[in-house]
Amino acid sequence: MRVWKFGNAINTDLITPGRYNITTDRRELAKVAFIEHRPEFAREVKKGDFIVAGRNFGCGSSRETAVTALLECGVAAIIAPSFARIFYRNAINNGLLLVTADEAFISGVEESHQLEMRDGSVVNLTTGKSAAAGVSPMLLALQKHGGLLSFLKTHKIDELEQVQQ
Amino acid sequence: MAGMTLAQKILSAHAGRKLAIGDTAVISVDYVLAHDTTTAWAIEPFHEIAKRVFDPSKIFIFFDHAFPAPSTQFAEMHRKIGAFCKEQGIKMHFDGVCHQVMAEKFTYPNAFLLGADSHTPTGGGMGAMCCGFGSTDAAVAMATGKAWVRVPQTIRINLEGNLPFGVYPKDVILGIAKDLSSEGANYKAVEFGGSAIADFDVPSRLTLCNMCAEIGAKTGIVPADAQTRAYLEKQGRYKPFEELRSDSDAEFDKVLTYDISKFEPTVSTPPDIDRGVPVSQVEGTPITQVFLGSCTNCRIEDLAVAYRIMKGKKVMEGVKFIVTPASRQVYEQALQNGFLMEFSKMGATIAPPGCGACLGRHMGVLGDDDVCVSTSNRNFTGRMGSPKAKIYLASPAVAAASALEGKIADPRKYLK
Repeated sequence: MRVWKFGNAINTDLITPGRYNITTDRRELAKVAFIEHRPEFAREVKKGDFIVAGRNFGCGSSRETAVTALLECGVAAIIAPSFARIFYRNAINNGLLLVTADEAFISGVEESHQLEMRDGSVVNLTTGKSAAAGVSPMLLALQKHGGLLSFLKTHKIDELEQVQQ
Repeated sequence: MAGMTLAQKILSAHAGRKLAIGDTAVISVDYVLAHDTTTAWAIEPFHEIAKRVFDPSKIFIFFDHAFPAPSTQFAEMHRKIGAFCKEQGIKMHFDGVCHQVMAEKFTYPNAFLLGADSHTPTGGGMGAMCCGFGSTDAAVAMATGKAWVRVPQTIRINLEGNLPFGVYPKDVILGIAKDLSSEGANYKAVEFGGSAIADFDVPSRLTLCNMCAEIGAKTGIVPADAQTRAYLEKQGRYKPFEELRSDSDAEFDKVLTYDISKFEPTVSTPPDIDRGVPVSQVEGTPITQVFLGSCTNCRIEDLAVAYRIMKGKKVMEGVKFIVTPASRQVYEQALQNGFLMEFSKMGATIAPPGCGACLGRHMGVLGDDDVCVSTSNRNFTGRMGSPKAKIYLASPAVAAASALEGKIADPRKYLK
C-alpha cells in the first residue's frame, strides 16, 4: 500500500470534474479520478492505498461519483482533519472509510510512509507516530451490513435509528 | 431540555417525535429532488431496493445541468432518466434550474426537501429545510419517502442595518463566507435573522441560502414571514402556514451579528469561494467572459439590476456576455418586459433556462486563458472548464459593470 497526499479543500470538481461525469459505468469513472489535478493517480493507485489530505476534503458538489470513483479505485481509507458534509454522507452510505485525525499527525505523513489502521487509531509505521482515528458510528454500523442499500434489502429504513447501538 | 431551534422543530415534525441536537433520526420527506446527472446514478440503487417509487407526485426530476443535451453521452443519460420517469409515473421538468423552479412552484414553508444536489439549501429562502444529499440517498427517499439525518447544530446569523448603495445580498453572503471560511458551517444549519432580514424579499433570501452550501452548511434557512407570504401570493399558491421560529432559549452553536451597512461590492477571487475582496482590490482585472446565470443569481430581480447598469450601453468588444435565466418563468418575464431584447442588442448571448455555464459542461465552457466574472456560486479550479481559467464570483451588478468595461468594475458609478 502507499499513501497519496493531498492538500486542503480538495473539492469534488477536482476528484471527478463535471466535464468527465458523463458515464454511469463505475470502471470508466474510476479512470477519471483526479484526472486533471493529479493525472497519475488513476493509473497508479492500487487496492488498499490511503489518501491523506487536508481540511474539508470532498467539499463542493453533491456528486456521489467522487465517492464511487475512489471506492472503485480501491482506496482503503481517506484520512483528513475534516470532511465536507455531503461527501461524508455519501461515503457512509457506500462504506468508503473516512477517518478524521489531527492536523499535526497528518502534516507528518509523507507519501513514502506506511500507515496502518489499528483499534481506533491510525499509526504511521515509518515514524512511529499515531493519532486517534475518528470514524462515524453510522459508517461503522452500515459497513457491517455492506452499505445502506444492502442494509435496506433486509431491514426497514426505520431500523437505521437503532443500527448504531 | 433547552428550547428548540427551527431546524430541530422541522426535523422533529418530520420524525414524529421530539429530537435533540445530535440525534440520528429517520424522517419523512415532503419532496425528493434530483436532476439529470444525480438521477442517472440513483436509478440502479433504486432498482436494488424497490420496484415502485413511494409517491410519484413528491418526486421532482429536472433536466437542467446539461439540457438540451450537449453530447451523445448526455442524450443517452437523459434517455435513461426519461425511461425511469415514464416507468414510475414521475413528471419530468424542463423548466430551468431545479432550485429556482422548486421555489417558484412547489417548496412550502416548514417542509423538508431532500435534494440530490449541493445547492438544495437555496429553498431555505422559503422557510423550508432543504438539504443536499447524494444519489443513493435520493434513491432511498424515492423508494421509501424517508431519509436518515443527524439533527444539526445551528449557527444563527443576524443581519442588521440597511444595504448600502450598490451592495446586494450576494455581496453580503460572499462577505460572510470570507469571514466563516468554506467549512465554517460544516454539518450545521445556518439560520438568518435580525432586523434587516424582514426587508430581504424571497429572491434575495434564495441567494443567501444558496451560498450556505459553500460554507459547508447542511441548510440555510430564513424563517417564513410576511415576505414569504407575499412571494407565495405573487406566485398564486399561498396557503396559510405556521410562522415557525427558534425558541428564545434555543441552543445555538453560535450567534453572529453583521451590520450590513458596512458591506461593499465583493468579489470572490479564484480558486475558493471564501477568498472575497472588496471590488476595489481587483478592479481593472481584464476579463474575457461574463456569466449572468445560475440558481444563485439569475432571477428577474437580478436581470433588472444588470439592466439598470447596462441600459443604453454596449458590452465591451471581445467580451462574451452570456445571460442564462434561471427558469422558464424568469425567461418568459424577461421576454415580456423586454430585458432579453435589450441585452441582446447590447451584445449579450442569451442561453436557454438552466444551469448553463456554471458547471463547465456546455454553453460557455472556459478555455485556458479565459477569465470569467460569474454570478454563480463556485470558482474552483476547473469548475467552468479549463483548470487554467480563472473565475471571479460577484453580484449581477459587478457582472454587468464588468461586461461593459471588459475588466472587473465597480458597479456604483453606473447607478448614480
